[in-house]
Amino acid sequence: MRYVDHDLVVKRMGGRKIVNYLFKGLFMLATTIALLALAILLYRIVTQGAGNLSWEFLNNFASRFPEKAGIKAALIGSLWLMAVVAPTSIILGVGSAIYLEEYAKKNRMTAFIRTNISNLAGVPSVVFGLLGLTIFVRALSLGNSVLAAGFTMSLLILPVIIVAAQEAIRAVPNELRDASLGMGATKWQTIVRIILPAAIPGILTGSILALSRAIGETAPLIVIGVPVIIQFLPSGVMDTFTALPMQIYDWSSRPQQEFQAVAAAGIIVLMAVLLTMNSIAALIRNKFQKRY
Amino acid sequence: MTTISPVKTVKESKPKEQNSPKKSVYLTKQLNLWYGDKHALKNIDLDIKEHEVTAIIGPSGCGKSTYIKTLNRMVELVPSVKTSGEILYRERNIFDANYGVEELRTKVGMVFQKPNPFPKSIYDNVAYGPRIHGIKNKKILDEIVEKSLRGAAIWDEVKDRLNENAYSISGGQQQRICIARALAIEPDVILMDEPTSALDPISTLKIEELVQELKKDYSIIIVTHNMQQAARISDKTAFFLNGEVIEYDDTDVIFSNPSDKRTEDYISGRFG
Repeated sequence: MRYVDHDLVVKRMGGRKIVNYLFKGLFMLATTIALLALAILLYRIVTQGAGNLSWEFLNNFASRFPEKAGIKAALIGSLWLMAVVAPTSIILGVGSAIYLEEYAKKNRMTAFIRTNISNLAGVPSVVFGLLGLTIFVRALSLGNSVLAAGFTMSLLILPVIIVAAQEAIRAVPNELRDASLGMGATKWQTIVRIILPAAIPGILTGSILALSRAIGETAPLIVIGVPVIIQFLPSGVMDTFTALPMQIYDWSSRPQQEFQAVAAAGIIVLMAVLLTMNSIAALIRNKFQKRY
Repeated sequence: MTTISPVKTVKESKPKEQNSPKKSVYLTKQLNLWYGDKHALKNIDLDIKEHEVTAIIGPSGCGKSTYIKTLNRMVELVPSVKTSGEILYRERNIFDANYGVEELRTKVGMVFQKPNPFPKSIYDNVAYGPRIHGIKNKKILDEIVEKSLRGAAIWDEVKDRLNENAYSISGGQQQRICIARALAIEPDVILMDEPTSALDPISTLKIEELVQELKKDYSIIIVTHNMQQAARISDKTAFFLNGEVIEYDDTDVIFSNPSDKRTEDYISGRFG
């Protein structure tokens, strides 16, 4: 007796194929909707804002008059912010990841810490804003300076960087650690000479993506009290400043119709910055393709 | 010559052994090892001589890999490992608190089961050991790299591509790069943990020939699941079963006239 009735299989084949095509169509539809939404968004922003894009727009400070309004203070302010966030968050994040992956004993305590770092990555950014307001702005009296905002943003993206760096470090095969330790290398030599070079593409990719999140965040800056109308550039990390998403938020909340177009131009600038950062991340990922 | 019961060691009746008594490189006394609750090595006594190839054979899970990893204390990378007893390397207990593992591993090189070159150039792979031990002079490094690659019988194959990534060559060549990398720290002993199990027959043959060359200058301890290999290349063979040394003797004795029934059953292929 045979268990698989081949005649029956042939008879039912039609129905199975229909289901097969049905799901293919369903998933294609899902992708199309997502892409369409994105395309409409991009189209509206570009048609609205492109007219306002000019050298003057990039080189002017904020203004009451839409035709004179520029994004210089916000663009430079965002760069200042990144100058604080990038080193702070990458040094702390990679350091924590190395400790958790290479040094910390694998027990319940560290498992608990690991899980909660991932949970921390899901905490709403406005909560980090409140934390920054309490600790950096008030307790440490940093005011609404580049430094206070930078530290707050660093805390916000720290969990993302730690998790990305942990995954990159964990992806380095144990055989390489064994080979290095087996030759009498110390743990530190193994980390610096073998593990970090092998993990650096993953660490950088994750860090840049995290930084591009920080550059687009608005909520923590609002809570900290970052101003919008600023007619000067910060000359140091203790100066006050404004950032791209703050400026865009301000413009888009103004009643005059003309400012909507200015906001759209601001969004184009912000997206250009984000796309540049993401392309750098992709470039790094491709250049250092893992060879093991 | 000290013979440690219950394991038979070198037979004193052999004239060649009497003429030139070889020194012990590793003397293991009553070694026990646990992974958590699992008793993986039980009362191991072994006297391993210098300038010989010592093969360790036995079925999967018999503790042969654990034992060889204990010899350079790599086994301690596994959390929850506990040991008791002594291993004397050149008359010094490797478990002594003031015996640094880095120092031990500089004298005892290791070649692993799977070729594991670093994702670096062939040159940087071989120069890795000397560099971590502080050699920066480019001329000296060049010499070490050439000497080690020649020692591992791969110089002619890679001398024109030293700057290529070590992953661009075949698995068998990679394994010989790994041997060259171990030779570069000028060790006294080379531990090999199933070095040919991931290789094709021709690469295996090359490694086996290489082992014969290397024993002139180094003491070699090799774990293998391939009994023919043990018979071909080793001077002494230890048969492990369930964490114990069942029999340890000259290789030709083990394979022609074993004294323990279990050894005979294993080498004749009745189990394992």
